[in-house]
Amino acid sequence: MAELTERPHPPGDYPVVVVGSGPGGLQVSYFLSRAGIGHAVISADPSPGGMFRRWPFFQRLLSWTKPYAAADRSSRDFERWDWNSLLADEPPLRGLQAEFLDGSSDFPARPEMEANLAAFAERASIAVRYGCRWAATRREDGPDGGRFVLETTDGEYRARVVVIAVGVAEPYSPPTPGIELTSHYADTREAETYAGKRLFIIGKQNSGFELASGLLQWARRITLASPSPAKTSVETHSLVGVRARYVQPFEDSALGGGVDILAAAIESISRLDGSLRVALRRSDNGMPVTVDADEVIAATGFTCPLLDLPALGVATFGQSRLPAQTAFWESATVPGIYFAGTITQGSSGLKKHGIPSYSGAVHGHRNNSRILVRHIAERHFGIPPDRPALAERDVLGYLLGEATRAPELWHQKAYLARVVSTSDADGIRDEGILPLTHVLDSDGPDSIAMTVEADGAGSIYPVVYTRAGGRVEEHALEAHPLLDFETSAHRDQLASILGRVLPAYRGRAV
Amino acid sequence: MATTEEIADTIASFALFADLNSPQLQSVAHQFEEAWFPESERILRQGLTGSGFYVIVDGTCSIRIDGEERAQLGRGDYFGEVSILLGEPPVADVVALTPVRCIVLAGPKVEAFLTSNPRVGFRMLQAQARRLRNANRWRS
Repeated sequence: MAELTERPHPPGDYPVVVVGSGPGGLQVSYFLSRAGIGHAVISADPSPGGMFRRWPFFQRLLSWTKPYAAADRSSRDFERWDWNSLLADEPPLRGLQAEFLDGSSDFPARPEMEANLAAFAERASIAVRYGCRWAATRREDGPDGGRFVLETTDGEYRARVVVIAVGVAEPYSPPTPGIELTSHYADTREAETYAGKRLFIIGKQNSGFELASGLLQWARRITLASPSPAKTSVETHSLVGVRARYVQPFEDSALGGGVDILAAAIESISRLDGSLRVALRRSDNGMPVTVDADEVIAATGFTCPLLDLPALGVATFGQSRLPAQTAFWESATVPGIYFAGTITQGSSGLKKHGIPSYSGAVHGHRNNSRILVRHIAERHFGIPPDRPALAERDVLGYLLGEATRAPELWHQKAYLARVVSTSDADGIRDEGILPLTHVLDSDGPDSIAMTVEADGAGSIYPVVYTRAGGRVEEHALEAHPLLDFETSAHRDQLASILGRVLPAYRGRAV
Repeated sequence: MATTEEIADTIASFALFADLNSPQLQSVAHQFEEAWFPESERILRQGLTGSGFYVIVDGTCSIRIDGEERAQLGRGDYFGEVSILLGEPPVADVVALTPVRCIVLAGPKVEAFLTSNPRVGFRMLQAQARRLRNANRWRS
């Protein structure tokens, strides 16, 4: 029985070390095992789930799983309707979230999400060394090249390839005078402890509105403020902005119901007669405003807990201190350090029409993990990816089917693409799902890349990128009111585009 | 890495934002997003729709048409606004010559941003007028 209680992955040398046991770490470990790549997974937490062990505080997740969607739960198509389950090649491991919903909502409660992730870790036999905290990093030169050394509370791990999946979970507060008088979102207490209080929330993103929504029935008055105006996801036609689940404070504000939403810079917070005074300056006219409150909560976001990686040369950017990354989620400045999970939003892609990738959420980054492992396998372990042959006559139907149903393209719009290449030497090959920027910026044979994109004004439509003789062109297909891209009009339109790359389609003009 | 407060301080010295007061600069820093590009990465792509408006905070970029360099841009310079104002894809690539830190505003947000910050629009118009004058001088 000693083996069962023994913690896996003791300190030592491994081909790959993965840090983190949230959805990112679990997903990357799953695909590394599928690829037959030995690795250790270490985590400071006592159990799987990452941020979902703690957050969100109130109500439910922002990501749905629709158990009765028009696809079998164990199929790839179901991934489009299920934002919360991790990906697996084996059908019984797919769509697990649907099992852990009590029927009251298609948005899982936090414990339901945690149970989904724990079930995946257990059923996919993902071995994690829990309670092992990564503490420091250095580089070491050896006879076979450089390696990274991760110092942990259990000892030292050495690997040529490191995958960091520690989330974006370190509370951040801006350096506003008096910020020490505030508490951070991460320290939110039980809702009833806010009964009768005047609350001032700094920040108008989802975390601020989540607190406001959860505390509407408890607080005496709620003020939300940040320098720029707040928009909802319904207005932006994307996940940018405050999600519809948290829209109630907007209505309360519009109806004069005890909620104020201000566009103003916060200049200082100070103590005044047992309460707190927040001094603001309005963004529109620069006029001063003061608000008195019993508590001030900084819902001002989180940063990446990258420890000493910046000192090792990992470039970071933005308020969240995300590492700058290549299209394949490798540090743009320190080769061999890769990222998985929500940190992969630092590889931002094209952000066409202002719409970001959804790598910050599970339904986005789980797809990145599969591609990341394929890339690591090929580049560091010489394992070639699958590139099945395609018959020329099948390309058109295949690509329109992908545009209509492929969960990877729908969840990572204008970010991931289905790629088909053609060359004399190899014939026509399905290159798989790849990052769009990689497809656009790398040299290669003539190819076609299919994406699903949105214009931020309400339209969703397929976009085809052709590379013929080294020249890349973008062709948008028509939108469709029911999102069906397999109509005869789409077939005609795509045929005329494919003709640029595939001879059999030439002359089949619209 | 920079916080929005640091970004607000930095862009205060740029000609484009010279007329804004402190809360307005903070509002700008909140509305734009920071982006970082390694050397030789393409930031703007010739012929591709849906791009943004970029202001360079650090670094140098090359403007290239069909691979040929036409000009270089540095700290405080900006690009991408012409294609957004005209609703057409960019006619040039913009490539990072050094690591480049920018702030970016998504294309669909540019019109509302310029109409609510008319002094920024005026500065932009001034820069375009200067370019037009120089182009006319060059032709004559």
